Amino acid sequence: MSFFSRYRILLPVISLAVLLAATFYMQPRAMSYFGLNLLFNLAVPIALATIAQMMILMVNDIDLSIGAFVSLVACVTATFLNDAPLLGLLILAALILAYAAMGAVIDALELPAIVVTLGMSFVWGGLALFILPSPGGAAPGWLRTLMTVKPPLMPMAVVASILIAFVTHMLIIRSGFGTVLRGVGGNARAISRAGLSVTRLKAWAYGLAGFFGVLAGMALVGLTTAADANIALRYTLLSIAGVILGGGEFTGGKVSPTGAVIGALTLTLAASFLSFLRLSPDWQIGSQGAILILVLTARLIFSRKGDAA
Amino acid sequence: MSEHESVPIVTLTDAAKHFGPVRALDGVSLSVRPGDCLGLVGHNGAGKSTLVYLVNGGFAPSAGEISFSGADDAAGAGVRSVFQELSLCPNLTVAENLRISNRALTGAGWRRNARAIITESLDEIFPGHGIDPDTEVDMLPIAERQMVEIAIGFAPRGTEARLVILDEPTSSLDAGIAEQLLTHIKSYCAAGGAVIFISHMLGEVFQVASRIIVLKDGRIVAERATEDFTRQGLVEAMGHVAAEGSAGTDLAERQTGEIVIRTEQGLTARKGEIVGLSGLAGHGQAEALAKLYLSQSSNWRAGHEPKSVFVAGDRPRDGILPLWSILNNMSISFLRQIESWGFVDRAAERAKAEEWKKRIGIRTEDITNPVLSLSGGNQQKVLFARALASTAPVVIMDDPMRGVDVGTKQDVYAMIRDEAAHGRTFMWYSTETEEVCQCDRVFVFRNGEISAELVPPNITEERILEASFHMQEAS
Repeated sequence: MSFFSRYRILLPVISLAVLLAATFYMQPRAMSYFGLNLLFNLAVPIALATIAQMMILMVNDIDLSIGAFVSLVACVTATFLNDAPLLGLLILAALILAYAAMGAVIDALELPAIVVTLGMSFVWGGLALFILPSPGGAAPGWLRTLMTVKPPLMPMAVVASILIAFVTHMLIIRSGFGTVLRGVGGNARAISRAGLSVTRLKAWAYGLAGFFGVLAGMALVGLTTAADANIALRYTLLSIAGVILGGGEFTGGKVSPTGAVIGALTLTLAASFLSFLRLSPDWQIGSQGAILILVLTARLIFSRKGDAA
Repeated sequence: MSEHESVPIVTLTDAAKHFGPVRALDGVSLSVRPGDCLGLVGHNGAGKSTLVYLVNGGFAPSAGEISFSGADDAAGAGVRSVFQELSLCPNLTVAENLRISNRALTGAGWRRNARAIITESLDEIFPGHGIDPDTEVDMLPIAERQMVEIAIGFAPRGTEARLVILDEPTSSLDAGIAEQLLTHIKSYCAAGGAVIFISHMLGEVFQVASRIIVLKDGRIVAERATEDFTRQGLVEAMGHVAAEGSAGTDLAERQTGEIVIRTEQGLTARKGEIVGLSGLAGHGQAEALAKLYLSQSSNWRAGHEPKSVFVAGDRPRDGILPLWSILNNMSISFLRQIESWGFVDRAAERAKAEEWKKRIGIRTEDITNPVLSLSGGNQQKVLFARALASTAPVVIMDDPMRGVDVGTKQDVYAMIRDEAAHGRTFMWYSTETEEVCQCDRVFVFRNGEISAELVPPNITEERILEASFHMQEAS
């Protein structure tokens, strides 16, 4: 077994380190408290959305609605949560419950998650437009303060990423409950044979995804100070890419929360790196895709070697 | 049997289970007491799995009654099951898998406890196993996965195990490990535990069981102490007459043709030959076959005629298409033969599949039923039908008889011999020495290398064992 297939986390770490080194080489001024914060600021909501996506991939499903959902949360945060905090919190709690219910329905009726979540993405999108037909709203003051706080030593974005990775690692990898949730992705029949309800566990996984989706939307509004119904649509694909980049798999319950956060950071950094290269924005999305393919190819080669050894 | 006075752990009274019109289990009365080791035999579809699911609380009976002593349900009474298809979560570590079935493992130190419990259980059953509890299960070979599953079955999980149901526990284990398990079962029962032991390896059943129950068509047709059965009598009770000693002699004289397979590793096979691969489980036989098969099939420019077909032993992983019907599972290999202008000729497809269903004896009323509605042995027959219905001159079989009953095996042996006589070549890896002894030529594997090539009259159990073990004793 090769070194890389045993320590799956290494490849994401190396990808991030290489990209970071290249960025610093291109733009030495980025190597500062302020520079790092600018580079990774927008990574916080993406990392949270990636964690949400990971919860779904963990139970062998895929969520095509997370981008629309985060947008909806952003709209709720910029309007209700700002104007009537209690009502706003209730709406957000209801959204999390709706996500959990979606998971339960998907499992109980054996529906394909890809179809249900695609359908739900239009529901979330519609609700978001209903709440905020044109860009606007305002971030609650406390959220704004939280997202622009300047902790000593490390910028907020880095501290937040480490905190997200640590909390989700404890929740998903270390805790017994997280182990059972990963077991659902590994072999759902074994779980039901052990007398556990797969439907309930899937509801939990989706509920957790909803929770992290809500955090992502709130973090996003805290950074941008306003919302828009389409603000986070690209998060759907970014979050899937982030999980995979971080060493996760589409099936089999193989996920890594730390890897997912690193994957989200890598994707954010890739965008900045391409700007530093003075690449025309027209080419940036394609180049981001190229970086993604490069990393995934490297992973495939290492895992192939691991199998052969 | 001094313990017969004690309270039964589980009692079934006239228990029945119907699935629609199908009577999977048709009125079974049975009780298991502490210290019992019950051998449960019967061919595929006889109702063994259904009985297991009733006893372990997976199904509620359609009629009749099940009662557990000292608890309301199977889990509370300490009933555990170890299944034929592996039911571990491959993405979790060995210790984490214990957590799935043991909800009592909570708190901050659960990981340490889980590691200790599973290691203790493994050490007790399989001394010298060498399995690290922190390895992810999908990194383990299939034999070690089965060992882990058995160890979890016997491990304390909040409640102590009082009755452990083992469904084909030795099917992926080699002889030495299987012997360790049988020894453990005996000492476990002697200490007051109970075991229901389901196996198609009758030798093992005779070795461990104190009582043997024969199931046929959902009913118990015989229940006696082990001493009162003979092997012949047991096979007859199951409803199949074993063809003993007929193999080998006629095979040895058959003429075989030119060499059609020659690999770097040294495997050779002639046209019309049945070549066996043997040795201890997990010593490179499956890999050798997979390599051979992929080298013959993975070519973009390959023609329409397949050079070889593969019969998988690990059905869920390599064999069946679980969402498809029996018909589609079979016909995938011969679609080329029946297409016209790129479209499938449905009538021809159906006719051909019906013919194979009859030839190979697949037990179903309608071949358009989903393939998962069949029992394991019948699913395997579908895979055989798929392979044999193709035009490929070489059939590669990776331990295809795993969990297949005696009667089906005899049918398939006959079919293989017949096909070989018509010029097909078979490459056959089997964990059962008895099967390998029917081959025309046997390669014995050890540590991923061929350690011996045997031809009649040297194909005997002793020679194979000698070739499998020799080096290990020397080193």
